[in-house]
Amino acid sequence: MVSENLVKDVVSEPYKYGFVTDIETEKISKGLNEDTIRLISEKKEEPKYLLNFRLNAFRKWQKMKEPNWADLGYKKIDYQDIIYYSAPKQKEKISSLDEVDPKLLETFDKLGIPLTEQKKLTNVAVDAVFDSVSIATTFRKELAEHGVIFCSISEAVKDYSHLIEKYLGSVVPANDNYFAALNSAVFSDGSFVYIPKGVKCPMDLSSYFRINSGDSGQFERTLIIAEEYSSVSYLEGCTAPMFDTNTLHAAVVELIALDDASIKYSTVQNWYAGNEEGVGGIFNFVTKRGKCLGKRSKISWSQVETGSAITWKYPSCLLLGEESVGEFYSVALTNNLQQADTGTKMIHIGPRTKSTIVSKGISAGSSVNSYRGLVKMGSKATGSRNYSQCDSMLIGDQAAANTFPYIQSQQPNSEIEHEASTCRISEDQLFYLQSRGIEFEEAVSMMVSGFCRDVFNQLPMEFAAEADKLLALKLEGSVG
Amino acid sequence: MQSKTKELDPILEVNNLFASIENLPILKGVTISVNPGEIHAIMGRNGCGKSTLSKIIAGHPSYKITKGEIKFTGNDIQSLEPEERAQSGIFLGFQYPIEIPGVSNLEFLRVATNARRKFLNKEELDTFDFEDLVKEKLDLVKMDSAFLSRSINQGFSGGEKKRNEILQMALLEPKIAILDETDSGLDIDALRIVASGIKKISNEQTGIILITHYQRLLDEIQPDYVHVMADGQIIKTGESDLALELEKYGYEWTDNFIKEQ
Repeated sequence: MVSENLVKDVVSEPYKYGFVTDIETEKISKGLNEDTIRLISEKKEEPKYLLNFRLNAFRKWQKMKEPNWADLGYKKIDYQDIIYYSAPKQKEKISSLDEVDPKLLETFDKLGIPLTEQKKLTNVAVDAVFDSVSIATTFRKELAEHGVIFCSISEAVKDYSHLIEKYLGSVVPANDNYFAALNSAVFSDGSFVYIPKGVKCPMDLSSYFRINSGDSGQFERTLIIAEEYSSVSYLEGCTAPMFDTNTLHAAVVELIALDDASIKYSTVQNWYAGNEEGVGGIFNFVTKRGKCLGKRSKISWSQVETGSAITWKYPSCLLLGEESVGEFYSVALTNNLQQADTGTKMIHIGPRTKSTIVSKGISAGSSVNSYRGLVKMGSKATGSRNYSQCDSMLIGDQAAANTFPYIQSQQPNSEIEHEASTCRISEDQLFYLQSRGIEFEEAVSMMVSGFCRDVFNQLPMEFAAEADKLLALKLEGSVG
Repeated sequence: MQSKTKELDPILEVNNLFASIENLPILKGVTISVNPGEIHAIMGRNGCGKSTLSKIIAGHPSYKITKGEIKFTGNDIQSLEPEERAQSGIFLGFQYPIEIPGVSNLEFLRVATNARRKFLNKEELDTFDFEDLVKEKLDLVKMDSAFLSRSINQGFSGGEKKRNEILQMALLEPKIAILDETDSGLDIDALRIVASGIKKISNEQTGIILITHYQRLLDEIQPDYVHVMADGQIIKTGESDLALELEKYGYEWTDNFIKEQ
């Protein structure tokens, strides 16, 4: 009667961000070589050091091999069949948001991210990225009054070159890994945040990434610098249209926290995941890393990963400063033929550093959901501590969940604690809730929410609601 | 169905019910009828089909009805989902209440109560009003409000789980409550608390089926009828003295009955 089929229906809600915006774009031709990179750099009127950074990365990338250690199977990516730069055609210089193409504004409106002065969100500043370029950033003036810089990385290259030159690639080096090297070579845009000393950012900052074009990859780059005694909460959201081809998304995010600074970075990832047969969907290969450079600095990653055909990402913390703190809170939901290999790396270098990992993986359909994490205690990390908790929930009997924890310790005076569990939503649990009058969809959703609670509690208010809604969309049908 | 004298319409009628799980027949022709205000006891050995009967009435998806019918307030309920049965007033007290980690007991109780209230066209309760209501009902089963903030049944003792079941019954105000071995695993004080809770919740409109092995629950709650079940059938029905007889002669007596058949 109930069970299998209904569970299937419930977790297979249609993707509602799958529309395409019909807009004239400027695209370069497919393929990747040094000329492509020179062309991108030229289009963006970049300084010499940045072109060199790109070329250097490209040369390293050419010598590297695509990693195959993750528990992922996918069609080989043809890197010559991708367009590396695609931007909506706009007027040369835009002086205010009102000059942005209405079609673009409408697109973001439809995604729930209104940008115009009248409609913009009241408590969150937004940088909206469409394919390869940032099209608008709200609240810039208000933020500037506090000394906070929030703009696209392209603008930052022009206006704050000294910061870019100093920090770009300082956390994720150009040759860090295959996808980071590719990104370093061809990145087109992304967000830049600078919080000056002693400033608590007066509002949440947010980037919204939209892939619109089917044949171009998205390679954005985000850089956040928090000076001493400053703090910021940054949110990131992403969606893409439904195409039956796979689109490559290879992003790099670098965070730097100085003494007593704190950065909270939250992601709700809802790229198109492909259809039930596994056709289409985004290939999401992302390198996110934060450097707790200062004493008592703190970097906290929270992520809700629900989209993409393939997810490969390990937001990590390098805990250099003494008593610095790293956190990773993750919910990863996979359905149909989605595959996710995600987790974190907590590298304890300084003394008395602390890290917490809470990962919740939910697999439904025939999906595969793996947690992969490294906790490393360096030789100087005396008195450091880690706590990891990795829980998996299976829905149905075709889904798979794996946990791959790697633990390395060179410091006997440190503590590492790892807990893991796997559970299945059992027919008995569903029946129990139903036998109290609770609808099937709501019963599933209650159990999933309950399972994710530890992570949802870490999300900023605005996002917690969005995350709940997103899981609800994927898991509970029309019940709201 | 045409209704005759309203008060006498049975709440629940099970007619010649046959059911199986994975092609294994469990129920082999059960008939039972419960009128408003009546308390029925079903007794019998483990494995005779008592729990199966209760789960089938509540709509458990693993069992298949092969013959017969179940009517609730005159309507066949076979096509109804478990939640629809619950909303319309069928309550099953579980022999082994299920643990659900991460889901708060309070939230669960509120959602369940509102689902029932919605069915009854009553206003749904917000968190504040619901807390007032639940605190009042907690007294019935002498439970501490600390239970509310915990996950559903998680880490509850056997007795606490059973009291939580009765608390749910109190909130849902069912038309018929089938209580599957609610007395098992309870010490004598807890048994009295649970029994007095059940008595306070039920009234002349409610039907109750107590599934039990022991006379001691029936000492607290006097049944109007006692049914003895064996091998998927009700083999004997009597009044409360039948339970005493059973206590005296044991289930061997029912074994003999099956042999005779």
